Amino acid sequence: MTAPAAAPPFHRPGDLGEALRLLAAHPEAVPVAGGTDLMVAVNYRLTRPAAMLDLTRIGELRAWSDAGDAIRIGSGVPYTRIVAELATVLPGLAAAARTVGSPQIRNRGTLGGNLATASPAGDGHPPLLATGADIEIASTRGTRTVPVAAFFTGPKRSVLQPGELITSVIVPKAAGPQQFLKVGTRNAMVIAVCSLAVALDLETRRLGTGIGSAGPTPLTAPEADLIELPWTRPGLFNDALAEEFGRRVAAAARPIDDVRGTAAYRRHALAVCAARALRRVWTAAHGTESTR
Amino acid sequence: MKVEMRIDGEAAVADVDRPGESLLSTLRDRLGLYGTKNACEQGECGSCTVLLDGDPVCSCLVATAQCEGREVKTVVGAVPRPVRDAFIACGAVQCGFCTPGLLVSVADLLAREGDPRDPVIREALAGNLCRCTGYEKIIDAVHAAAEAMADEAHRAPARSRAAGSTEETP
Repeated sequence: MTAPAAAPPFHRPGDLGEALRLLAAHPEAVPVAGGTDLMVAVNYRLTRPAAMLDLTRIGELRAWSDAGDAIRIGSGVPYTRIVAELATVLPGLAAAARTVGSPQIRNRGTLGGNLATASPAGDGHPPLLATGADIEIASTRGTRTVPVAAFFTGPKRSVLQPGELITSVIVPKAAGPQQFLKVGTRNAMVIAVCSLAVALDLETRRLGTGIGSAGPTPLTAPEADLIELPWTRPGLFNDALAEEFGRRVAAAARPIDDVRGTAAYRRHALAVCAARALRRVWTAAHGTESTR
Repeated sequence: MKVEMRIDGEAAVADVDRPGESLLSTLRDRLGLYGTKNACEQGECGSCTVLLDGDPVCSCLVATAQCEGREVKTVVGAVPRPVRDAFIACGAVQCGFCTPGLLVSVADLLAREGDPRDPVIREALAGNLCRCTGYEKIIDAVHAAAEAMADEAHRAPARSRAAGSTEETP
């Protein structure tokens, strides 16, 4: 009669504090938001969670806010809303969000889930890397902020510790044109063969790059970002420059052969995508005539 | 654990015995609601599409326990008559397995856009696979349904004005 009731196997916290307390008390509970990764594994009996922790009722995770020079996106905001509400201020991320799965998947899938799964092919990752986003992580011990470039530690592995939840992603507002390109077999429901994000910052005159699905983790391309661009005479931009950028991006990739493509194809496609993306952002910024 | 929700406008209770039970599994295996089809169970095919609080989702990827207090609409409750009629009239149904999911996606699209163009239709239906029709007849059906619903809306004002006036005048 006085025995404690068995913990319900499905926890439905209404706010973040409660979620973190529940996660600390029930470390076996697997957090679930959109379920677009987790439920596939559950349905195929690849995992059988003893308990789950629902994140979809936590209002603070399902909102985004303007943080001055950045947008703070709650980890539980679905892709559909990123596309509909943030395309102007975060065009690279919105473009990537638009390529995620299908309408059904975008209505459920979240940036927080994308990061927690930490697939090298996650569509959300390249634009976060290209813009230098920060990941905010909370537990009952407190909160910490991790630059996205330091978040991934291996295929489907990250710095996320037991008891921690990703609460938000802080993405700098675009300060210039951005591009996201993704290679796959059709325009929907595709896991990227490779993907690439480029962000041009016209204020700091810097270039940012994020590479997806071409390495054990999503990657940056520091050498490529340092390519010398003709900022003072934009008309001097040419194909040779774009192709050199493509070569550097391809060199930064660490792809493997797998069911979706070969390493050689991925490098080639990345070089083409990178050159194209750089031409597009430069043309968008300066209106100089250049080839596609 | 008991989960209470509304399914096609009616209160429903499901007694779920594992946390990862999907809404699809609950609908079919526990509640005997077979309108929603089970094909891939990985969110690829769209056969199990339902509206959850108004948004199309793959019910195979929703944990039933997440649906406490939520509104679920299946092919039975989500789809206006003209959409169903158009699918039949246009030959957009062959084996029929993808049809419930497609109907739900089309109902959602036409609720948002009265007269969508082909690229918008293809985008909206990108998550629903059909291996029979080649999609052309489905797209024809969406146009036909849009037209039928526009006609209906055109004729409706007389009726809704009448209904409105009776409500407003005590």
